[in-house]
Amino acid sequence: MVGLTVNIELRFFASIREKLGTSAEQASLPVEVKTVGDVRAWLMTRGGPWAEALAEGRALRMAYNQQMCGADTAIADGGELAFFPPVTGG
Amino acid sequence: MSIYVQTEDFDLSTELAKLRADKPAIGAVVSFVGVVRDMNEGMDVHAMELEHYPGMTEKALEDIVQQAHQRWTLQDCLVIHRVGPLQPLDQIVLVAVASAHRGEAFSACEFIMDYLKTQAPFWKKEQTPEGARWVDAREHDDKALSKWGVASSNSAGKDEDVS
Repeated sequence: MVGLTVNIELRFFASIREKLGTSAEQASLPVEVKTVGDVRAWLMTRGGPWAEALAEGRALRMAYNQQMCGADTAIADGGELAFFPPVTGG
Repeated sequence: MSIYVQTEDFDLSTELAKLRADKPAIGAVVSFVGVVRDMNEGMDVHAMELEHYPGMTEKALEDIVQQAHQRWTLQDCLVIHRVGPLQPLDQIVLVAVASAHRGEAFSACEFIMDYLKTQAPFWKKEQTPEGARWVDAREHDDKALSKWGVASSNSAGKDEDVS
């Protein structure tokens, strides 16, 4: 049904970006995908490098709308969700 | 507060002069400059590339500096972080803090650096004789932040619980 589809922008950085071979993607999410953790699980169902790079237990950090977040964070249409490894600046 | 994420180098004297200009309440300026070493984790490093998350990086640095302002009475803060290709001897980061007295400036400068190391979205990739490698986050940096009463598990092998 129109209006139920949630579109978000996905961003990938550093080693995650390299493993996936992409830095950004516009994604239309199935209705049952409601949280950051759901998006991660949904992406893993693509298999291959997706299942590997986003596997549970990997050192992976997530940011929703450019704020560090946990898996329970709710997502909404127009949001921006990023996946990346632990940070190493400075 | 001034935050710059840039590829260009910076000049410490020029930046400190700008930070202090027309602010006679300043009695102390503490600055930290991080530079590229030619050795890391037992391997020669001949070049590195710094990646970041445009937009979020600036927000994260602003948030860190605001937290420093909440903890200490500061006159002004400056953070410059370089991105892109860098080589040994190059400057990577400048944190400068100005306050009325030295204690606040020393503490806030260290606090901002400790926070930046574990919370700002930058990633280093080193070129070594055995090829390129992403730098691993260090537990040591999480511990440095914990002395300020702030928990970080940036270096942990498992997902960070930030909820």
